[in-house]
Amino acid sequence: MAATGAPGHRIPGTMTTASWAVVASLIAGALLFIVIAAKAQDAPMAAHAWLFTLAFAAGALAIGQRHFNALERGPAASEEVHYNDAVVKAGVIATLFWGIAGFLVGVVIASQLAFPALNFDTNFLNFGRLRPLHTSAVIFAFGGNALIATSFYVVQRTSRARLAGDIAPWFVFWGYQLFIVVAATGYLMGVTQSKEYAEPEWYADIWLTIVWVTYLLVFMATLARRREPHIYVANWFYLAFIVTIAMLHIGNNLAIPETWTSSKSYALFPGVQDALIQWWYGHNAVGFFLTAGFLGMMYYFIPKRAERPVYSYRLSIIHFWSLIFLYIWAGPHHLHFTALPDWAQTLGMTFSIMLWMPSWGGMINGLMTLSGAWDKLRTDPVIRMLVVSVAFYGMSTFEGPVMSIKAVNSLSHYTDWTVGHVHSGALGWVGFVSFGAIYCLVPWLWKRERLYSMALVSWHFWIATLGIVLYITSMWVSGILQGLMWRAYDAQGFLEYSFVETVEAMHPFYVIRALGGLLFLTGALIMVYNCWMTIKGRVRESEPLQMPVRAAAQPAE
Amino acid sequence: MSDSPKNEIDDVTGVETTGHEWDGIRELDNPMPKWWLYTFYACIIWSFAYWIVMPAWPYLSTEGWTYTKGVIGYDQREVVARELGAVAEGRADEMQQIATLALEDTAADPTLMEVSLAAGKAAFGDNCAPCHGSGAQGSWGFPNLNDDVWLWGGTLGDIHYTLTHGIRWEADDNTRQNVMMAYGRDGVLTRREIADVAEFVLALSGRADDAEAATRGAEIFGEQCVTCHGADGQGNRELGAPNLTDAVWLYGGERASIIESVSNGRSGVMPAWGGRLDAGTINALTLYVHSLGGGE
Repeated sequence: MAATGAPGHRIPGTMTTASWAVVASLIAGALLFIVIAAKAQDAPMAAHAWLFTLAFAAGALAIGQRHFNALERGPAASEEVHYNDAVVKAGVIATLFWGIAGFLVGVVIASQLAFPALNFDTNFLNFGRLRPLHTSAVIFAFGGNALIATSFYVVQRTSRARLAGDIAPWFVFWGYQLFIVVAATGYLMGVTQSKEYAEPEWYADIWLTIVWVTYLLVFMATLARRREPHIYVANWFYLAFIVTIAMLHIGNNLAIPETWTSSKSYALFPGVQDALIQWWYGHNAVGFFLTAGFLGMMYYFIPKRAERPVYSYRLSIIHFWSLIFLYIWAGPHHLHFTALPDWAQTLGMTFSIMLWMPSWGGMINGLMTLSGAWDKLRTDPVIRMLVVSVAFYGMSTFEGPVMSIKAVNSLSHYTDWTVGHVHSGALGWVGFVSFGAIYCLVPWLWKRERLYSMALVSWHFWIATLGIVLYITSMWVSGILQGLMWRAYDAQGFLEYSFVETVEAMHPFYVIRALGGLLFLTGALIMVYNCWMTIKGRVRESEPLQMPVRAAAQPAE
Repeated sequence: MSDSPKNEIDDVTGVETTGHEWDGIRELDNPMPKWWLYTFYACIIWSFAYWIVMPAWPYLSTEGWTYTKGVIGYDQREVVARELGAVAEGRADEMQQIATLALEDTAADPTLMEVSLAAGKAAFGDNCAPCHGSGAQGSWGFPNLNDDVWLWGGTLGDIHYTLTHGIRWEADDNTRQNVMMAYGRDGVLTRREIADVAEFVLALSGRADDAEAATRGAEIFGEQCVTCHGADGQGNRELGAPNLTDAVWLYGGERASIIESVSNGRSGVMPAWGGRLDAGTINALTLYVHSLGGGE
């Protein structure tokens, strides 16, 4: 690549017109937020405005630093780099960090439900504020970073193209972390628009919109420059996830701020319409964030790790399109037996039933990809984790349609059964498929022969599985007990139990649930240790690198 | 694509691939599993059938937006109204009588009592249990309703009055009202005097350590406390003043708690339920609480 040294040729990493524009926007944004901070009507708005100011200033400085580093490094080496893996590495580390944070807060709030004294009579550590912190940390911080990191990795590999843009992927990464910090600190300060899984207020929502649209552009531009004739199935799912989340996020967060210097806003839609929009969003956050996105992950890491072809191309097409088409209608099943009109409840329920097989298409393709390689379940704990995640996916996507049936829902709604259902999906499917992907990615990205320890992966697998089983079973029992107690009538038609009595009855199950969560967190801590040692380039002494050594000793065939 | 002769065959399964490869990943050209496809069709057919039976699709008619009503004419609100109506009707006569008859007359009728106790228990669980406990056992600051110790009286009439008007409930003009003064905070008594009077109160139930202090306390008690608690400390139900000679203490009977009560006063609140619950429910609650063990 002699041309790189030629005079007039730009050194990669130095300033371009586009990077100047980004710097100018960041500085303008920082100035705007200084004004907002000065005029802020409430303390959280002032705190967040300063946070934005600092973050934007740091971003502008980082781009400047990048320019001088590039000048110092000179033109030679950088042209060699093919894939942009640095941003993926950052994403993997962020996933690990937020995973631990999210699981930890989960254990705290599970313990608060079992032992209310743990609320400590404080605002900041109150269950009401920590609960959205937990859900957002696991779904958006842990899950979101896992999706962004893997999608950036997968789209490059399966398109044989470097990630589009130089600053843009980093803007997506850091912009997303900024959104997470603004959302999380907002919850602790009591800032919320009271929409489940969409609690951040209007200014955080606008920021996320900018970040997310950039993400969409980076992903599409990378696909556009692909050197493969067709787009791989994993990328269909990733793209569906990114596009639909953009649409859902904007639709559900249409709100009017009190003033542009206040952290409070009011939803654009009133009453039951707002509720329906919220659950159109909420259900499809599950459908497109936690299902479609992670199916994209599954479609790359399972065949890659098992070294087997995907089971059925035709199934992948049909289940992709039917999933995309049907999922978007299923939201009203969250509002059975409410003020929502009967017809909307009917549609929500029937579309959920029709969704059952399209969901299972992903499970079949995941599991059957193992045909011819089932022995790897025994020998490779990472494959075991990935396959069990697909099994949990199958279980919770069966349970979901069952719970959407109105007769079942009249028992299950508002009970812990729902919480258990969500967690079989979240811990079993989303958690395990992400862990599997991380266990694959860490040695690949940091160019290590193998993980520090496969035995520790096994430990993680079994401890976490035990935790999930405790969690789900305790919530099934608790939820069904709760539902039955709520609907129990005596001979005169009076309610048999008061609400307080049903709360008392839940106590043992809440303790078991907290224990299950603690086991899941323990497993994740083992994973972080294992990844950390792998990144440091260590291999556990009791587990020498036997396989590769033996392979290397054989003569080439 | 599958009929292209160039596509390779997967060695393990003998199935053709689609001929593409992405980062080493290939795809087999397996057909969709039959059971999967037929179950999918079945779910779709079932959904169409359900749409015919139940309210389902919205459409714009000449009179504005409406929806297909479904052949069985299901309406969720109608079902709820019918079910609640049926339950209410089943006990309508009894509840009507419970609401209008004198409490003593209801108590004498076994059938009405059965309904009263069930209604009272349900209402108690939803309204009273958060403070008094689901077994009416009470807790610190909230009286136990199972025993025969009553601050404002335990007859049917007393209980009914307390339930209807509450205690220190400002919104109700006829609420039960008294004041246990904050003798320390308001500077009526010194710390020393409060310690002495606490010693005397302990002496009333035979628990004093310092006879001299108790004697000094008796004098203060005679000046400040007798009006409500009585010369012998046995309290006064007319004024809602508790008996200080027994073993039942709403705010704790050990020395520190007594000193705290005298120093800062006590004024717990019970809401007036008269405006919130209907007459029948209040009567039923009265009979239920009366039946718990301490009714007079």
